[in-house]
Amino acid sequence: MAKTARIEVMDQNLAEALRNFLKAVLNREEISAVLAPRRLPMKNRVMPALITDPQQLDQADPLSPAFAVNSARLLSRLTRKPSGGQVAAVLRPCEIRAFVELVKLKQGRTDDVVIIGLDCLGAYSNRDYFRWATEPPEAATQKFSRAVLTGSGAAMDGVDLSPACKACESPTAEGADIAIGLFGVDTAKEIWVQARTAKGESLLGKLGFAEAPEPASRPKALEKLIAERIAYRDEMFQRTRAATETLEKLSTYLADCINCYNCRVACPVCYCRECVFVTDVFDHEPSQYLRWAEHRGAVKLPTDTLFYHLTRLAHMSTACVGCGQCSNACPNDLSLMELFRSVAHRTQAAFGYLAGRRIDEKPPLFEFRENEFPEVVGISRPSAG
Amino acid sequence: MSDFEPTIVAFFCNWCTYTAADLAGTSRLAYPPNIRIVRVMCTGMVDPKYVIKALLDGADGVLVSGCNPGDCHYINGNYKARRRIKLLKEIIEQFGFEPQRLRLTWIGASDGIRFAEIMREMTEQIKRLEPSAARLKMVI
Repeated sequence: MAKTARIEVMDQNLAEALRNFLKAVLNREEISAVLAPRRLPMKNRVMPALITDPQQLDQADPLSPAFAVNSARLLSRLTRKPSGGQVAAVLRPCEIRAFVELVKLKQGRTDDVVIIGLDCLGAYSNRDYFRWATEPPEAATQKFSRAVLTGSGAAMDGVDLSPACKACESPTAEGADIAIGLFGVDTAKEIWVQARTAKGESLLGKLGFAEAPEPASRPKALEKLIAERIAYRDEMFQRTRAATETLEKLSTYLADCINCYNCRVACPVCYCRECVFVTDVFDHEPSQYLRWAEHRGAVKLPTDTLFYHLTRLAHMSTACVGCGQCSNACPNDLSLMELFRSVAHRTQAAFGYLAGRRIDEKPPLFEFRENEFPEVVGISRPSAG
Repeated sequence: MSDFEPTIVAFFCNWCTYTAADLAGTSRLAYPPNIRIVRVMCTGMVDPKYVIKALLDGADGVLVSGCNPGDCHYINGNYKARRRIKLLKEIIEQFGFEPQRLRLTWIGASDGIRFAEIMREMTEQIKRLEPSAARLKMVI
């Protein structure tokens, strides 16, 4: 059985080599379908597709900078009950992390899925991607992937990676069954593949690739990339915290919110089947609005904007994987990812937790210990202040 | 600030702290009228949104109080409450709420005297702060 493998890239066509790899996976008897980003036939767009016909993989585009939705939610739909087949899911690292969180919440199962994770080249925001994606799709993706992998960067034609991707310090597929390495690999000639679980090892072993050592330049390349990302992230945290450090500043930050709740719909880890903010709990009595208005002389409508965002922070920030789909979904371009990541970084650190890191790690509010957090109990101890 | 009378919203568990409040009352122990009590069955059912709602509606402080460790009527609700309060503190402090504004205490059913003391102390501490920003500004 192979723990690692080298896939040859012919004619410098990286995308084709990946597609051939996915075809080899789909041709295995035990794999019923591949979930992968695929070009739509009617428009130059890339969306996740569940593919059973190997020929349909010709349009798979896993390196495209399109990231319309976080597929974790889709994979959760495919796996919440046994489907009778096994799906190979091609996911970005943040999609894997979100899926891990959903599995912990019993909203997905790993039993019938093999996760194939790619080193993530990053993505453009939806708006930027729509603007940018004018070239023939194959050439566009090739231009993008070459630019990122040769180190010249994703900024081109007036667009750049989304802030979520620029701040992403986890661009490798840690939680995948099979991880595909691109950074620090001579991708003009080869792709480096690593099985990270027994399931991945079993599948990779059957594909008949020769073992290959990790390319020598890979650790250094990753180290450099991650250091850049952390520097961007920390600067972003600082900037965002300064912009939201009082209630008034936070209100300013969120002033353009119209309570459409798109950020919650797009969020892969906002896990409630029905959000309390759309239930009749928030169908306030008409007389209530008048009382609120009288209380302060004026009440902003729709009400409960800060209440909504703060509640969402309390409910899901410990599960936030930083995919940035909240910002992507906002019709009024609020910098939601920046706010949620800044808070999530702090709440996750408070519990020594990292969302999506390990499937056997319980979410912070799923457990407790008898003796912990003495600093939050009591009112007289100076340390409590 | 001496004429500042804060409003403190308090979530008390039915079995311990609420009973202690009752005991303080029947024992004729005086404590500040600034405390507005909401009786809940257990501190473990205090959803973060209750606390957030109170703070955004202008409460100057929020107190969550339940049974001592090991005494929870529902075995471990108070331990769960402690994690939620930890989580909430991490969040609200980032937006300028002083840490004193959110408190968790454990007061047993027989601790009427201690109950009155803690209410006085909490009220004093909040009085030393400014009125909550959420009282004065338009909250969106």
